[in-house]
Amino acid sequence: MMKATEEKPARKRAGYDVRRIREDFPILSRPVNGKPLIYLDNAATTQKPQTVLDALTHFYTRECANIHRGVHYLSERATESHEIAREKVRQFINAKSAREIIFVRGTTEAINLVAQTYGRTRLGSGGEILISGMEHHSNIVPWQILCEEKGAHLRVVPITLSGEFVLEQYAELLGPRTRLVAITSVSNALGTINPIREIIRLAHECNVPVLVDAAQAVQHQPVDVQALDCDFFAFSGHKVYGPTGIGVLYGKERLLEAMPPYQGGGDMISSVTFQKTIYNKLPYKFEAGTPNVSGGIGLGAAIDYLQFIGLENIYAYEQELLAYGTRALLAVEGLRIIGTAKEKSSVISFVLEGVHPHDIGTILDRDGIAIRTGHHCAQPVMEFFGIPATARASLGIYNTRDDFDILVEGLKKVKEVFQ
Amino acid sequence: MSDLRDLYQEVILDHHKKPRNFQRLEHANRQADGYNPLCGDKLSVFMHVENGILKDIGFIGTGCAISTASASMMTESLKGKTESEAKAIFERFHLLVTNHSDPLPDPSTLGKLAVFSGVREYPVRVKCATLAWHTMRAALEGSRETVATE
Repeated sequence: MMKATEEKPARKRAGYDVRRIREDFPILSRPVNGKPLIYLDNAATTQKPQTVLDALTHFYTRECANIHRGVHYLSERATESHEIAREKVRQFINAKSAREIIFVRGTTEAINLVAQTYGRTRLGSGGEILISGMEHHSNIVPWQILCEEKGAHLRVVPITLSGEFVLEQYAELLGPRTRLVAITSVSNALGTINPIREIIRLAHECNVPVLVDAAQAVQHQPVDVQALDCDFFAFSGHKVYGPTGIGVLYGKERLLEAMPPYQGGGDMISSVTFQKTIYNKLPYKFEAGTPNVSGGIGLGAAIDYLQFIGLENIYAYEQELLAYGTRALLAVEGLRIIGTAKEKSSVISFVLEGVHPHDIGTILDRDGIAIRTGHHCAQPVMEFFGIPATARASLGIYNTRDDFDILVEGLKKVKEVFQ
Repeated sequence: MSDLRDLYQEVILDHHKKPRNFQRLEHANRQADGYNPLCGDKLSVFMHVENGILKDIGFIGTGCAISTASASMMTESLKGKTESEAKAIFERFHLLVTNHSDPLPDPSTLGKLAVFSGVREYPVRVKCATLAWHTMRAALEGSRETVATE
């Protein structure tokens, strides 16, 4: 087991040994319907390595206490472990300060937090929020709610038939009324990697801040929020091989300082009287109540694990596997890939002629193959392509070429059933 | 562990590929829409009811094999039945697919519809099998709201 340090990630593993990685994930040896599990639903959630599971158990067996206020030993241990995890997140995304790392439940809560605090105070009647046509519902609905409340407008940058973001049209929509751009780094439905740096650059030229939905990005490639210069950045722990119920909102310190609190309660205050309450400093101002302490610690362990492998190594491996998987699927007659951007991440959405995605998913499931079918919380994307749903295979650090070979065999079986 | 064949039986696949009564009815006096947005199954059921008898029934829509086959077989089994017979068949079909009765209801009371017994093993797909039926019942009752089984 590798040890986490507080300074920088431990030595990197040489090469990419996917078999060794698979051994770290106990669930991968669990059969489904009598068949080996072929888990290709990583965009929905990822499996957990033993070190994350151990970190969760360790917390509950050796360090369990509430954080921040106790003077007893366990409370000090829990507090320290939780803050070490926060520091790991800071390093993971290269934020300047741990004060800029807010623990939340997930990407959805992070976006709602920004909408309800930053958005509420900065958006007025006639103002505009700019998003893209490929967003997940979590990066659409909070803005719709906000715009309705404020009499503001949601503007949508269209996408192309290959699922790409159109920078020229974005530049045209960016205007004096734009108050915020909210954009996904990687599309969960299409796999498109968006030109985030350029999107941020253009927005900043107009003094417009940018929120990046990184739910499908941080697990596939290295990220650096300072280099991106994004104003807000959100991701979910359970999609980066960590536990559910934990996520991160990064915000530039000066922005977070100026924002009113999100939820009120304990921990986000420094003093309370019935006459006046003074809020706590960052990041605690935005962390009301007892947080998901074990979740944060589990996320820290997941980050250690990923950094041990190396995000650049993960990116290289997954890109090659994506290319292999794409080729393999394209060889299936009647299969059409939805989302064919030049730059894609580890998601392949597809449709099969004459077979509804749900039927594909049910038949594949009998052979232990887990893919996702449906609209993937991106109904506008489905509507754009004129389809009710897609089947989606999404890969992670432990997937192999064999997984795609078995998927293709499964699809042949699907076709047999329906021919 | 059940065999896929239990769900995707020949007759179901046949009805999916060549749905029966797959049309609007010009002379329909009952109609309702059904839509499961989470899975994308969408259909409309049309009926011509005279003197309490379903003289004609048709449906249009798009969806998975289970929902299409169920709608198709529904139209075949209900044509010529009385409204109360249709509702009774609905109840028996619903019991069949939702595993609320052990053992299976007597297949002779359901005819061809008994092939949907396999859906019991696939709880996630029950809503696909029942969409057309709930829509049909809403049409009989004159309900204006779009039906969903999610």
